[in-house]
Amino acid sequence: MITLTHYLAVAATLFTIGVLGIFLNRRNVILMLMAIELILLAVNINLVAFSAYLGDLTGQVLAMFVLTVAAAEAAIGLAILVIFFRRRGSIAVDDVNRMRG
Amino acid sequence: MIATIAFYLFAALTIAPAFAVIFARNPVHSVLWLILAFFNAAGLMLILGAEFIAMLLVIVYVGAVAVLFLFVVMMLDIDFAQLRSGFTRNLPFGIIIALVLLAEVIVAVSAWQARPSLSGAAIPAATQPNIVALGQLLYSRYLFAFELAGLILLVAMVGAIVLTHRSRGDLRTPKASRQLRRRPADAVKLADPGVGEGMKL
Repeated sequence: MITLTHYLAVAATLFTIGVLGIFLNRRNVILMLMAIELILLAVNINLVAFSAYLGDLTGQVLAMFVLTVAAAEAAIGLAILVIFFRRRGSIAVDDVNRMRG
Repeated sequence: MIATIAFYLFAALTIAPAFAVIFARNPVHSVLWLILAFFNAAGLMLILGAEFIAMLLVIVYVGAVAVLFLFVVMMLDIDFAQLRSGFTRNLPFGIIIALVLLAEVIVAVSAWQARPSLSGAAIPAATQPNIVALGQLLYSRYLFAFELAGLILLVAMVGAIVLTHRSRGDLRTPKASRQLRRRPADAVKLADPGVGEGMKL
């Protein structure tokens, strides 16, 4: 029998992997963005699991909004990455402090 | 029984590719593992009865976001080996942070108390198809938030275009105003040369 706790465990593991990914790939912005996507996926699994077990659809509506924001964030993040790469020729996070407004 | 097997299959195939995403050497492989993780997360949501979110996950994440990542990874000429230089140095610290975080989440979940109606054991049977119920909720109670989500997507689209668009100086594009201003009287001359005189240009 699969209970709510099973889904919460999966989401917690996924969230932890995402945070670990941000810590490990501290210089690679693309992998950081992918780790953020993993974290948002974990949040979505939590929202949908609670929504299903409560019999309340609000969680799924909220998951849809999280999806929207994640898509917008990925688009803007990658656009910034592209113009940063054009200007610097690298995407290392350590170089970002040279922008100075 | 089959639901239990499906849950463990999808859960394992969500978590293992997630590890591969952050440990893969090649970022293109990372994106492909990410796509696999998203597919199996969609499977998890199908088991939960959230068909619409599952389809949305496949269409939006796999079809749009992951392909966007793939484009950017392949378009930029980046030395990824150099970017991995701090990887082993950050590894012990990162694992400690991750374990502490996981322990915190486990403590929080085990201390959490459900409201009385939530047994957490079985999914209550739905009275309506998922998509019908979700659509009724989206277009009535959450209409304003739904429109706002559309606005966010529009702003993101315009922002991405404005950020990455560059006007190149060496392009020879047609000038529409000049083309439209041109009249036949400026461009065409009728001539009637006599025999043996030829045309004078």
